[in-house]
Amino acid sequence: MKKYWHVLGIGIQNNLTYRFNFLARTLFGFIPLLAMLYVWRAIYAGKAGATVGPYSLAEMISYYLLVTVVDALTAVNEDDWQIASDIKDGNISQFLIKPIAYLPYRLFLFIAGRLSYLAVAAIPVALFVLAFRKYFVLPPDWLTLGCFLVAAALTALLQFFISYTMAMLAFWVLEVSTFIFILFAFEYIASGHMFPLDILPASLQRVLSFTPFPYQLYFPVSVYLGKISGSELARGLVIQFGWVLVAWGAAQLAWRRGIRKYSAVGG
Amino acid sequence: MNMDTPTNLQNRPQRSGLGRYWRIYTALWKNSVTREMGFKTNFLMWILVEVLWFALQLSFVGVLYLHTDAIGTWTKWQVVFLIGASHFIQQIFQAFFLVNCTNLSELVRNGKLDFLLMLPVNSRFVVSLRQVDLGAFVNAAWAVAVMVYAGSRLGMEPSLLQLLGFSVLCLAGALVHYSLMFLLATISFWTVRAQGIVWGYYNLFQIARMPDEAFTGAFRIVFTFAIPMLLVSNVPVRVVTGKLEEPWLVLLVLVMSAVCVGVSEWGWRTSLKHYTSASS
Repeated sequence: MKKYWHVLGIGIQNNLTYRFNFLARTLFGFIPLLAMLYVWRAIYAGKAGATVGPYSLAEMISYYLLVTVVDALTAVNEDDWQIASDIKDGNISQFLIKPIAYLPYRLFLFIAGRLSYLAVAAIPVALFVLAFRKYFVLPPDWLTLGCFLVAAALTALLQFFISYTMAMLAFWVLEVSTFIFILFAFEYIASGHMFPLDILPASLQRVLSFTPFPYQLYFPVSVYLGKISGSELARGLVIQFGWVLVAWGAAQLAWRRGIRKYSAVGG
Repeated sequence: MNMDTPTNLQNRPQRSGLGRYWRIYTALWKNSVTREMGFKTNFLMWILVEVLWFALQLSFVGVLYLHTDAIGTWTKWQVVFLIGASHFIQQIFQAFFLVNCTNLSELVRNGKLDFLLMLPVNSRFVVSLRQVDLGAFVNAAWAVAVMVYAGSRLGMEPSLLQLLGFSVLCLAGALVHYSLMFLLATISFWTVRAQGIVWGYYNLFQIARMPDEAFTGAFRIVFTFAIPMLLVSNVPVRVVTGKLEEPWLVLLVLVMSAVCVGVSEWGWRTSLKHYTSASS
């Protein structure tokens, strides 16, 4: 286990070299978010009723603020590209002979990436939330906060395992970026990144509930906002955990299959 | 067969100006076609990616208009037209310029820029237009199809003048995108890791496809007069759909695009002076 903590340390140091990149990324990312809030404000201004689905304007804004926070905590940054290029360039050969497994190695690098991203992005994100503080709600109680943290951690794991599995495609195809972008498109709309999923027609919501996408972002946000509670919350956490296991299994399977196909090119 | 008579030789430099650049550019096109056809599956996959993201933006409009009839004065099919136009402008920009802009930092990093600077042609020309992205033309065609459909839903019958204005403004918009992206790319002369900055421009594209009336205050002023994202696709759509209440906006787009081109040229020259080759 100690060796993986070491990986964590190296990962943080590596990532902090790119702190300017992180900062630029966070700041640029606020522009479309702000634009989105303007569009919603215009929609609410032109409406007779004061709600869209179950959301008032204030709730809608706090939804997007939370999406920003959860995204900063859990999103896969460049891990999938790096894994794919590790495979393509033959860098994974060393993991076949060293006493360290590739999946936990990447997992710790992912965690390191998130921690260093937070260290850099915390200030701009906090300032942004502060500017909208009258819309930023606190969770109803401590239990909700605890459940939110668990759900957010599971979201991070789910994101990582799905990206890892996608990156394993590099064993079979030359160029994985197109596949990554296609998956990302689905994740972007179906995980609740663009809009809260409960403003969709009920039938569409039902279809989505059978996919892992809502558990990649929408679920922890709704837990925080107190939209899901009691037995429904417990059931949601179990399903989310189930998806994490499935994605982990897929990641392991893809790795084993891939290694069998692998012929160390230039390794 | 008297090509080498003195008069012809004298005429040569003049004639060679545009003609020579045209020949160079056709050669670059041929290169790009050959390169793309080497990876046919990949070529098709990238088109699929763009189509998917385009569809995603359109679905978002669909979801928004489940809950409202208008954003400001923009109706559903007007916004669909706006998304189409914005995608069209972006794809035209992408077809000619995008890859070349994003490659600039790589050229600086590995010192290959030296070879391009030594060529006896305008350096900005060869750096900006080296590669053509053929898939982007296919995607631009999708965008036109969406605009035509939205236009028919709106019952539009634009005059020839409106169509001409729309086309000219779209080109001006593509030039704005190119100039700003090129300016950002020249930052790579100062810092090696400019990729993140170039990537940041994608966030600005997202503003260009939103209806201008939603924005107020400092945000609107900055993205109209400093970084004219709220002009590049909104104004041409206003012209062609007959929504143009303030005709001076047309002039503003043309002036802003000229300013952007000028500023990026200044940035390029300043950067070149600063350039110390990586390979020597």
